[in-house]
Amino acid sequence: MFFRELYAYRYLMREIVVKNIKIQYRNSVLGMFWTFLQPLLTTLVLVSLFSTLFGNATASMINYPIYVLTGRLLYEFYSQSTKRAMRSITGSASVLKKVKVPKYIYPLANIVSNFITFLISLLVLVGFIVFFLFVGDKPPVINWHILLMPVPLLILFLLCTGVGLILSTLSVFFKDVEYLYDVFCLLLFYGTPIFYAPSKLGDSKIRQMALQANPLYSIVEMFRDCVLRGRLLNPNHLLYALGFSLLMLLIGGLVFWRKQEKFILYI
Amino acid sequence: METPAILVEDVGMMFRLSNEKVDNLKEYMIRILKRKMQFTEFWALRDVSFTVEKGERLGVLGFNGAGKSTLLKVIAGVMRPTVGRVEIQGVIAPLLELGAGFDMNYSGRENIFLYGATMGYSRKYIQERYDEILEFSELKDFVDQQVKNYSSGMRARLGFSIATAVDPEVLIVDEVLSVGDAKFRQKSEKKIQSMFDRGVTVLFVSHNTAQVRTLCNKAILLDKGRMIAQGGAEEVCAIYDAMTKK
Repeated sequence: MFFRELYAYRYLMREIVVKNIKIQYRNSVLGMFWTFLQPLLTTLVLVSLFSTLFGNATASMINYPIYVLTGRLLYEFYSQSTKRAMRSITGSASVLKKVKVPKYIYPLANIVSNFITFLISLLVLVGFIVFFLFVGDKPPVINWHILLMPVPLLILFLLCTGVGLILSTLSVFFKDVEYLYDVFCLLLFYGTPIFYAPSKLGDSKIRQMALQANPLYSIVEMFRDCVLRGRLLNPNHLLYALGFSLLMLLIGGLVFWRKQEKFILYI
Repeated sequence: METPAILVEDVGMMFRLSNEKVDNLKEYMIRILKRKMQFTEFWALRDVSFTVEKGERLGVLGFNGAGKSTLLKVIAGVMRPTVGRVEIQGVIAPLLELGAGFDMNYSGRENIFLYGATMGYSRKYIQERYDEILEFSELKDFVDQQVKNYSSGMRARLGFSIATAVDPEVLIVDEVLSVGDAKFRQKSEKKIQSMFDRGVTVLFVSHNTAQVRTLCNKAILLDKGRMIAQGGAEEVCAIYDAMTKK
């Protein structure tokens, strides 16, 4: 049922995905280059600030720039795609009020288009890896484990889809969800070991619990296992992140499906 | 007997109007804590039943707030009725507020495909009709401009051209015959007439009984959500005219 409908509307899905990518870069001089430039520049800022400021680039840590870049790339995809999905229903009000379309297409297409630009931006990571294989004294460990890279990325995709469905539903009924979520994302950025090592959080029980409960942390760590440390995915992270993401997808799907008939009365 | 193109059976649409609008979490939490969420039930449509056979043209008449727009939304599938059922045979093209599906940052060309996809058509299908759409809308010189730079008339023309190029089986027309300037209006009336001749089923909403008389063969009259008359276009229009004069 669901897949047949999705198949019937594959053209709309494709049009929206292409549109999102096109529009994002339409009015900028550098166009698609921003996909590379943005993570590159923000990583440079983070690295230059924190490698000296708080002494993060210590001996215990493997290649710090790649460590920061991987965390930043994944966090950026998570926050951008869920924020876009959140606004997708209210932003498409004029269409949804007039034409009968499956509403989930809108949040889903926003996640997909962000995922595509995210995949393109991974080229920066490739550049970093190649660069540090030859330069510097802490090269990343690259071996066959890099082939497992799609696993954390797919889990992240599921997580974003689930969270995006929940947020898009909530934002229809409550306008202030957007502001709350912005604050939440800020908290997530600092709460996830993106530019610091997890050990920096100290022994505080609460902080350690918050860290372990953070699915983005599990996903980022798995990703680093593949492309930086060259070792097998941590099974605890794998189970937790996958379970959490599937749960979010289930909740998101249910909430969205149960409430979608009411959207039109509020948008 | 052939299945009717549009079947509307005992349709009722109820809205719960909250006495105060609560659209943020803070208010909502306060209300829940106080256990004070008051709603008024409002039936925008009640016990509406009718059928439209293939090729028939039904006029929908009624004053403002009679439930015409709600009825159209229910038939177009945008809203699900609270009670009753609606069945449609074939593809519906809603000609309501044309250009609603446009993206302002997108060019005319790109919007043609986006709009087509919103109605469920493939890129190939729209490609085949692309020239016809452009020809009819008379926007050839502006097709690579962003739609936000279009005048409202140009947008409406483009929307009309796409919506009528796709050969729908059921056409919902919501007073769009007044699109664009006099010249385009004539052209679009002719286009709609030609679709009538091909046997498309039409739902036409208007306040203008003269238009309903010429375009439709049947009509219904809504008042405060209830259907108070149905029958030949001529007699229902007469009732409506009599009500207007009161």
